[in-house]
Amino acid sequence: MPQALLQVKNVKKYFPVARGLLFATSGWVKAVDDVSLTVEENETLGLVGESGCGKTTLAKLILLLEDPMAGEVLFRGRNLQELSRGEMRQYRSAVQAVFQDPHSALNPRMRIGEIIGEPLAVNHRLPKKAIQERVAEVMEQVGLDPAYARLYPHEFSGGQRQRIAAARALASNSKAIVLDEPAASLDVSIRGQIINLFKDLQEKLGLSYLLITHDLAVSRHLSHRVAVMYLGKIVELAAADPLYAEPLHPYTKALLSAALPSHPDETREEIDISGEVPSPLDPPSGCRFRTRCPFAIERCAEVEPPLKEVAPGREVACHLYP
Amino acid sequence: MESGTGTRAERGTPNVAGAGERTGPAPLLQVENLKTHFFTRWGVVKAVDGVSFSLREGETLGLVGESGSGKSVTCLSILRLVPKPAGRIVGGQILFEGRDLLSLGEREMRKYRGRQISMILQDPLTTLNPVFTIGAQVREPLRIHRLVERDSVKQRVLELLRLVRIPAAESRLENYPHQFSGGMRQRVVGAAAIACQPKLLIADEPTTSLDVTIQAQYLRLLKEIQRRSKLALLFVTHDLGIVAKICDRVAVMYAGRIVEEAAVRELFSAPAHPYSQGLLHSLPKLHQRIARLPSIEGTPPLLSNLPPGCPFAPRCPKVMSICREQYPPKTPLTTSHQVVCWAYAKESHATSLAPS
Repeated sequence: MPQALLQVKNVKKYFPVARGLLFATSGWVKAVDDVSLTVEENETLGLVGESGCGKTTLAKLILLLEDPMAGEVLFRGRNLQELSRGEMRQYRSAVQAVFQDPHSALNPRMRIGEIIGEPLAVNHRLPKKAIQERVAEVMEQVGLDPAYARLYPHEFSGGQRQRIAAARALASNSKAIVLDEPAASLDVSIRGQIINLFKDLQEKLGLSYLLITHDLAVSRHLSHRVAVMYLGKIVELAAADPLYAEPLHPYTKALLSAALPSHPDETREEIDISGEVPSPLDPPSGCRFRTRCPFAIERCAEVEPPLKEVAPGREVACHLYP
Repeated sequence: MESGTGTRAERGTPNVAGAGERTGPAPLLQVENLKTHFFTRWGVVKAVDGVSFSLREGETLGLVGESGSGKSVTCLSILRLVPKPAGRIVGGQILFEGRDLLSLGEREMRKYRGRQISMILQDPLTTLNPVFTIGAQVREPLRIHRLVERDSVKQRVLELLRLVRIPAAESRLENYPHQFSGGMRQRVVGAAAIACQPKLLIADEPTTSLDVTIQAQYLRLLKEIQRRSKLALLFVTHDLGIVAKICDRVAVMYAGRIVEEAAVRELFSAPAHPYSQGLLHSLPKLHQRIARLPSIEGTPPLLSNLPPGCPFAPRCPKVMSICREQYPPKTPLTTSHQVVCWAYAKESHATSLAPS
């Protein structure tokens, strides 16, 4: 069995909601509520869900931008909370991120050579010359001419900027990259280029990705396994092929049926999930999806279904699969 | 009085019938060779440069293109809301029910906006005014166009909010936009857009900011409203999936011009223009995983500095020498399918030149 590179164990992150004159905490937004998952070496785990389901909070916990309230995040079996400062620095260079909007992810006042080299300067304290060489190397890896290192971000198109962000993530020899909607802000004709780039880089460098997206088709093309999140919980986790071929959880079914067709004659069973995502401040009792679920039974309101393995490598949190 | 309105109607009919002789029922909207340019310090940006299309009652036309292809400026031109002073409509005609909107004065034009032609924009949060209640904002077009009696306005607003499925509409009239979710906000925008029962609804990427399941709901709702009131829908999107789902016809835009127009099935089954082909192939498919996603090399051109000839030539896998020199002519492939590309123009162009 391949070794788990990243492991998230029973992690919880609640955000307090302050109300009233004295800003007393009146409730908690359960952004991530008891989530466990692993990312293996050289694997892409797709994390799919709609806005507000907690996927970005989960990414922030992994990137150490938020601290978990409970549970632990492990990197190669070691709890991040227990790392020394030096080890922490190593972790930060091993796990990098590429965000949705390359316009705001790149500092407009820095030359792109400086942007790409910054993780090296901060985490590795390399001499200038070595940084320049490494920057040229990664720029070539992402398909940018190293001569562009002197230019500023505004001189590049959206697709090229996403390549710059990828180069920065690669610069410090990272092992894993969190991709947060990496293609969402790009034009259709460019999107394919970027998806292919990440695929190529993974093959060449043996990277692991945590791919966060609401776009099921993008996730289909990059992910080996997919986790579906709803209101802070993982509701289904499976290898990509079986998940797309036969989704089990009603929410996964609904998501797939709501995805847009690629041909007008492509019809699929429409599962009409009415209403909207309930407030994470006050999630429904029992199963959180029950208020929109067309298959809900009495038991769903009473008992929260645990995430259970129903077939090898296939986990679902639903009472329909006992 | 009655005889007066009668003669006006009679005077009106021959016109419509005359147009109908050529192309069946007259189109509701006919855009002819529209040119909207922006005059900037850095030169003239030809955002829309010779766009023609038509739209019938009850029909949905998808206007597809990437950012900067001119699809939004086309929509703004129809409503004559192009940002001034940089932007100007420098040529063409926009015929709405046979009347050229470009020849109207500003006062006349105002009678069309929101009344005959309505628009839904991408981001409901910027469309809605944060300091007015949603009741007030749905009421506004009714008040401006004075369509409903004062005391029945509230009734009509409630009716509209129920039509777009705002739950417990009565209790939400006095709510503000921030108290609504993204999907609900966009439905409120929809309610305001159809308040005056317009004949044409322009929707500019209305679902881009919505989640997948909410997007599916919204598209279903739009279709239902359209069926009910025979609304013509001009749907602007960059997403071919939406086109496949809800459009009857589709026009593909590139660098300010329409490069292919077809019935939806024709475009998806037999795309002719290399750009359309590239777009369709680069659409990630949900039910098959392929090793490499095809994509179009290069990036869209800058509209202020277009190459001579076909603007797609630098990215085109089938480029020929003539493509770099001359803009290709429009070639009909079937009665409902036209393409602007030299690869199809050769024979028919030669024959069309010969008789004249």
